[in-house]
Amino acid sequence: MSLQDDVDVLRAIPLFAKIEPAKLKLLAFTSEHMEFEAGETVFRQGDPGDAAYIILDGSADIVVDTPQGAVTVAHLARNDVVGEIAILCDVPRTATVVASSDLATLRVGKDAFFNLVTQFPQVGVGIMSELAHRLHQTTVNLTDLSAKLRRLETEGGTA
Amino acid sequence: MEPTIFGYIRRHSWKEQLIVLAITAASFPFLYWSLNLPKTIVNDALSRPDEPHNFYGWDLDKFQYLFALCGLFLALVLINGIFKYIVNVYAGLVAERMLRRLRYDLYSHILRFPLPHMKRVSTGEVVQMINAETEALGGYIGTALQIPAYQGGTLLVILVFIFIQDPVLGLAAIALYPIQAYFIPKLQRRVNRLGKERIRQVRRLADRISETVSGVRDLRANDATQYERARMSQELSVVYYIRYRIYILKFMIKFINNFFAQIAPFFFFSVGGYLVLTGNVSLGAIVAVLSAHKDLSSPWRELLDYYQLLQDVRIKYDQVVSQFQPRGLVDERRQLDEPTGELKFEGEIEARGVLVRDEEGDTRLDNLSFKIPMPSTVAITGPGGGGREELAMALAGLITPDAGRVTIGGQDLAQLPDSVLGRKMAFVGFPPFVGSDTIEDNLLLGMRHRPLHPYQPSKGEEARYKREQMDTARAGNSPFDFRADWVDWAAAGVEREEDRLPFLARTLEVVQLDADVYALGLRGTLQADRSADLREKLLEVRRAMSQRLESDESLARLVERFDPARYNSNATLAENLLFGAPADDQFQIDRLAEHTYVRQVLDQVGISNELRQAGLGLARTMVELFADLPPDHEFYQQFSFIRAEDLPDYQALVARADPAALDRLDENDRQRLLALPFKLINARHRLGLITKDLEAKILEARKVFRENLPPELSSSVAFFEPDAYNDAASVQDNVLFGKVAYGAAQAPVRIAALIRSLLEEAGLRERIIEVGLSFHCGPGGGRLSVAQRQKLAIARAILRRPMVLVLHDAATAIDAADQSELIERILEAMDGRTVIWSLARADLAGLFGMTLALDKGRLLDAAEQEQKVEPQEAEA
Repeated sequence: MSLQDDVDVLRAIPLFAKIEPAKLKLLAFTSEHMEFEAGETVFRQGDPGDAAYIILDGSADIVVDTPQGAVTVAHLARNDVVGEIAILCDVPRTATVVASSDLATLRVGKDAFFNLVTQFPQVGVGIMSELAHRLHQTTVNLTDLSAKLRRLETEGGTA
Repeated sequence: MEPTIFGYIRRHSWKEQLIVLAITAASFPFLYWSLNLPKTIVNDALSRPDEPHNFYGWDLDKFQYLFALCGLFLALVLINGIFKYIVNVYAGLVAERMLRRLRYDLYSHILRFPLPHMKRVSTGEVVQMINAETEALGGYIGTALQIPAYQGGTLLVILVFIFIQDPVLGLAAIALYPIQAYFIPKLQRRVNRLGKERIRQVRRLADRISETVSGVRDLRANDATQYERARMSQELSVVYYIRYRIYILKFMIKFINNFFAQIAPFFFFSVGGYLVLTGNVSLGAIVAVLSAHKDLSSPWRELLDYYQLLQDVRIKYDQVVSQFQPRGLVDERRQLDEPTGELKFEGEIEARGVLVRDEEGDTRLDNLSFKIPMPSTVAITGPGGGGREELAMALAGLITPDAGRVTIGGQDLAQLPDSVLGRKMAFVGFPPFVGSDTIEDNLLLGMRHRPLHPYQPSKGEEARYKREQMDTARAGNSPFDFRADWVDWAAAGVEREEDRLPFLARTLEVVQLDADVYALGLRGTLQADRSADLREKLLEVRRAMSQRLESDESLARLVERFDPARYNSNATLAENLLFGAPADDQFQIDRLAEHTYVRQVLDQVGISNELRQAGLGLARTMVELFADLPPDHEFYQQFSFIRAEDLPDYQALVARADPAALDRLDENDRQRLLALPFKLINARHRLGLITKDLEAKILEARKVFRENLPPELSSSVAFFEPDAYNDAASVQDNVLFGKVAYGAAQAPVRIAALIRSLLEEAGLRERIIEVGLSFHCGPGGGRLSVAQRQKLAIARAILRRPMVLVLHDAATAIDAADQSELIERILEAMDGRTVIWSLARADLAGLFGMTLALDKGRLLDAAEQEQKVEPQEAEA
């Protein structure tokens, strides 16, 4: 797999889509390929987040620890990205990711990513606009949901 | 040491000086003879050719006589030359011997300096004194009598000769000496004063330089480098003017001297000419006197130089020796004497009225009296500067109280020689001393007191060894041979040779240094002369590793092993080409592309151009990726193949290079492109520059490289061989025999664990620690962390099982959380003996049987201690 393929993979991720090609190439160059065997843990819930992973091949499960035990909440497949929040802010991992088949990933390290953003503000602006977009989407969803909830409550009150 | 250089010479080299004098005296008759001969030639052979000539019993005709005299003259010239040669060589020998003695004496004095004085000693100045300033002294000592005797004698012989020819001519020759004798010492005194100043200034310079060397980090962190440069300029300027003035005066002296020497012929021609004309003196005599006078100027000049040198070294000796005799110099016998009789460490350690002042006269310990029963464990607590260090050192016998005394079992420590204090007791202070030796040497430092078994020279070198011994004794150097067996294993309770390593390993375990030394051993290389059997054992581990990898699929993918017939995509291109470890700096991986032989191999296989193409591709990518990064960006360090400062050059290179015609680039550019791809690692860099085709060619180059390697380079590389141990590679690389795969999650950690478990299964843990013990600690132990150095110093102290162990801030750099465990382990290892520990953290005092709380040099009583506990814990 060549560097150019990695650049294409990164570009397909919405978070990185707005970064200009030359910088994306630098990000790809500073990222590394990381392979896991089926059953191997990519990262664990509660660990400090130090990288985002993009699935290049294979699949993985997102598992959350609950008082009732571990629950698989989602599956990841090719071109999915996981852990991207970790490279934007200091939060511990909110879930565990386990390879469910042999898994190939592209690992984007937090330090390299931060270096890139601090060096080239336009990269940060691109990311910010993507995040704002997401926030907007979330807000819209939330408003919708609140309206629905209120409606349900009113209906429940009359029932 | 003797107060003046003349005393030193008299005491240590009078015999040699007498020999020099004897040789010199023996040479004078020949000298006189050679002076007289020209007169005989002129007056006898030439002026009266037709008279019969008798030459030592032979009757000769005029030609035979002339050539016989000339032949004699030649022989005398030769004899004079040989005398000079012998005297010079012998004087040189004396000079070197005395220089050696002087340096040894000065060095020996450093070891006797009182410890409080060390704070005021500047390393730079001491080094300057022992190395540079003594050099001139040694040179002088060798010629101390020889030059005045030989040159003075020569001068005298010539003068006597002139006087015998004619007293009036003689007077003419020395008429101007009184004037010179008046002026020259006057000027010389001014030179001397400047000379003193110069010495002081150069020492300051040496001190400044050594201080800068140790402080570069902080100077840069404070942007103080310009200020320091200015300061250095100022110091250099002072030296410059002093030296300049010395030159002016020195050459003034020379000028006066030459002038008077050269106007002497004026007197010979005027006075002598008159005498010849009046018939009172023969022409031959005038010729002889003139030629003798020519010879006069050389000894006169030598004497004058000698006079200047004499003044110079007199000052130097005085200025050096006075620096090496501080007040309170330890009596030499305290270090040289062997203990007589067995010293009893029974009863108690008692301090009675102990008072210690520092060099400024301030009281550091104020009238302390206490008793410590033996054995016991004691903590000394108190704020820094409150006298803890002084008390610890006084209890270890390292400083002598100004009043009162410290006794052990009734014995006053101040009376005990180092051979008792340094064997039965141990002290670990802050900062710990770790020398630039191996870890093992540093550990065994405390067990090397006297040679136990003399050094046995091998058959071939016995004669040379004897000679060396004799020369060492003549120079008054150490009577002990450094190469002898010094380690007193018996003192550590180790009887058998095979118990030594386990004993060292156990001691390292006590101070929790074993894992570190083990890790160093894994990264270390085997020494050629040691551990022969270990190589075979490690090869077995390598085979076991192969089996494990073959049987376990999930492990196998973590490693790519070396295979002579395959390209290793997890290794650099350079490693793939060399397929071995560089054994010296000929084939350093970084600079492989520059090596002539490597270039030759690449050309032979015909891949130079392809590599340059790859280099160009790489340069393009680098220029594209790194173009807008500032030069100090950390990406350069981590990811770039091109250093930030070289990037503009490569930008230009990429712009002008035509991929189809790389031949047209100049040699420099071609070289640059060629060097780039050598660090490419296929599995890591994913640039697609090393194609399968190129890999195959590099494998071919690998073969060619090895087959055609010239014999003179054969020891520069240790090739990877599946069935041979590689001495140039580390222990763990030898076991692994491959590269950890990039991109396999957890690979480095899992492989490291595998190597460790295999080594442990093979029972080699101690042997690897042994390899780690030969790790070089670097100057001042700088290659170890401070915590490691502290642990090493403690291990060294407990190794020889002292009856009393005194420590001061000995574990401060060790993780706070680990300190109490470490202290417990040490107390356990020292069970049944006494440990006195001066602690920076009062909360650790609970681990000890009793506590001495100090404040401002006074002992606090129990009630005061209660009050102090609270604030002190906050401070800790």
